[in-house]
Amino acid sequence: MTERREVWITGVGIVSCLGEGIEATWRHLERGDPPPYDDKSFAPYIVHPLAPLNFDKQIPKKSDQRQMELWQRIGVYAAGLALGDAGIAGKPELLDSTDMIVAAAGGERDVAADSAILTGMRKVAERAPFLNERLMSDLRPTLFLAQLPNLLAGNISIVHGVVGSSRTFLGEESAGIDAVRIAQARIAAGQSELTLVGGSYHATRWDLLLVFEQTGMALKDTFAPVWDRGSHGGVAFGNIGAFLVLESSDHARSRGARPRARIAAVRADRNRRQPGEIEATLRREWDAVAANVDPAHAAVISGASGAEPATSAERTVLKEIGLPVRNTGTYIGHGVEAQFLANLGIACAAIEHDKLFAPAGSGDFGASPSGLSQVVVTGVGNWRGEGLALIERVD
Amino acid sequence: MTSATRDNKGRPIVAVTGIGMVTSLGVGKSENWTKLTGGISGIRRIKRFPTEGLRTTIAGAVDDVYREQMPPAELSERVALLAGEEAIAESGIGSKGHFPGPLYLAPPPLEVEWADRIKMAEMAAANSDTGYPDLLRVARQYASEHAPFKFAIIGENLAEHFGTEGSPVSLNTACASGASAIQLGVEAIRRGECEAALAIGADASLTPESLVRFSLLSALSTQNDPPERASKPFSKNRDGFVLAEGAAALVLESLEHARARGARILGILEGFGEKSDSFHRTRTSPDGKPIIATMQKALADAGIGPQDIDYINAHGTSTPENDKMEHLGVATVFGERIKDIPISSNKSMIGHTLTAAGAVEAAFTLLTLQNQRLPPTINYAVPDPAIQLDVVPNVARDAKVRRAISNSFGFGGQNVSLVMALEPA
Repeated sequence: MTERREVWITGVGIVSCLGEGIEATWRHLERGDPPPYDDKSFAPYIVHPLAPLNFDKQIPKKSDQRQMELWQRIGVYAAGLALGDAGIAGKPELLDSTDMIVAAAGGERDVAADSAILTGMRKVAERAPFLNERLMSDLRPTLFLAQLPNLLAGNISIVHGVVGSSRTFLGEESAGIDAVRIAQARIAAGQSELTLVGGSYHATRWDLLLVFEQTGMALKDTFAPVWDRGSHGGVAFGNIGAFLVLESSDHARSRGARPRARIAAVRADRNRRQPGEIEATLRREWDAVAANVDPAHAAVISGASGAEPATSAERTVLKEIGLPVRNTGTYIGHGVEAQFLANLGIACAAIEHDKLFAPAGSGDFGASPSGLSQVVVTGVGNWRGEGLALIERVD
Repeated sequence: MTSATRDNKGRPIVAVTGIGMVTSLGVGKSENWTKLTGGISGIRRIKRFPTEGLRTTIAGAVDDVYREQMPPAELSERVALLAGEEAIAESGIGSKGHFPGPLYLAPPPLEVEWADRIKMAEMAAANSDTGYPDLLRVARQYASEHAPFKFAIIGENLAEHFGTEGSPVSLNTACASGASAIQLGVEAIRRGECEAALAIGADASLTPESLVRFSLLSALSTQNDPPERASKPFSKNRDGFVLAEGAAALVLESLEHARARGARILGILEGFGEKSDSFHRTRTSPDGKPIIATMQKALADAGIGPQDIDYINAHGTSTPENDKMEHLGVATVFGERIKDIPISSNKSMIGHTLTAAGAVEAAFTLLTLQNQRLPPTINYAVPDPAIQLDVVPNVARDAKVRRAISNSFGFGGQNVSLVMALEPA
């Protein structure tokens, strides 16, 4: 199977603090307005809330909504937008063979139930039987379904009817990068014609902050652009749902679908994160695509998270590359598994609008090239994994 | 074009050159195979934590590997590592610390555990009610004394240990995860991206909460006494699955590459099928169409028909729903022939190893082919008259098996079937 086929992005669905849909997102980015963030609800932590959504629009049945926690509703909503954008929503003849790769974190916990159990435990001598008893009485069966990572994909199957195949990748930024990489490779090799790929992140929750505060990574006290969060850095997590429809160019042509862009390459790798290794991996990935990039008409959309040393390392390599740079994290926050997907969607919008959006922070540099036809999207994980993709205009 | 190392669709044929395994039956494929075909159960009373107040008090735990206070992430990594090392050693591929291909891992979904939350709560010593803000106050101090929680830590550590290439993929398709890991490896080799891949399914996440979660969905057997009789797939009195732990690793390799280096071929992964089900979050479509399509796609991908299958390694969870639907599925796909195709469930002995199950059972299917011996479905005392199948009741038997199919069906409408065969002449 040496033949390689062209892979197009024919649908984009995105929701974040900037609103619903790629156009609303783009308008905000273009204006460069300060992003909505919340420094009160989870003080001292700063998070990006979700713009108000009417979930009924994409998840008509209340019974379905009740079976999901917010990370699933965000994802199912964004997936619906992408399917609609690609013109395949509600078309069982296409959805029946549409494959799906979802990048997900662990599910949500019932913070109230956990807290009540921890509080109650203070007064008991025999903790283990107490825990058993309370778990049996306090856990909701539906919550378990919200905790299973593959149940975002499962809910997309149920709500939108995507039933070709379904795979869920786990584990932070790399999960999103690998989801796109493998979806692209499968289509290029003829193993799939049409794939829905995406991720979802529910940031406004205590149980998640508990994970990231263990390494002191969550941004506290004062908001600043991703590039300007001091030597220890800081990640402002954001509620983000981002899905793309990838399709072989032949399949898209045969049904008259228009390409938003072509995915020319996706690279992903890891290292031990010793000093210099992030830079080395990113350079290697850039070198693999550089020959195909026309610097006069190309730019970088960075997924820098604000975590250190990852953000500084990426900045070093982006300066070497020299293409104009814009990061999205300052505007939409960091959506971990969903970030790379969101940035690919935003890259499509940049190519369609033929320009970059407004710079934010000291690591964004360079003027928007005229005739923007290629975008390099980076994704450097907060603690592991480095990836990049090359997105191109389809003439 | 069919040539010696390409299939009838012109794709590289994918061989298995190494198998490793850990289950409640023991460590290593030899001990596992001996006990499995001896009809020995690995289901025991839970010793790891008190079970007072729980409806289910039994499990198929990896007691041989567990050490006091080992958290699920560490134990899962440990069994994955043991299985991976066994598989790579058998295969003889690569060199120490360098596996020449990517890692596809099906780990359990990790979370911060109760043990951690409880210790953080103690450390925080809140004056009144304990809440998450209290835990957050001490999280950094706690993590400096323990390892900080990281979601993809198992895959990252294994990639480092085995020296696999590229970005390690951790995936979850619920109870089909292990099969999906194998499938991703086969696809990568077929694409020509690599000559070899390491596929591992591992799950050692037995905790009170994991047990309670499945309990609340009424998915678990509550026939706790005697433990070894609880898992009884296809029996009329089946009442749920038994939660279990385990891991299996397969070294996947293009047949061309394996032959060129003189590797022993343990079997061929001829094809797979997958089809999602949009009917319900935990239940299969009543018409069985998605699982039927899954098996049919697997046969088509392998370029064979129902007449070419000699054995079915069932998903066979021992839940009333699964076994009924799996029967409907195989009866539809194989028609009249189903009476002549033995179908047995490894879960009758090892329980349901969740995200590892697809890999563990693929490994057992390959051993079935290699040894020409069918593992039994034990605890088959009260046949379900609605399920007319040759389940290889209670006792293993020799048989001529050239080709077998292994089914994995999971919550969230996940279905994967793998077709495996002996090396072509």
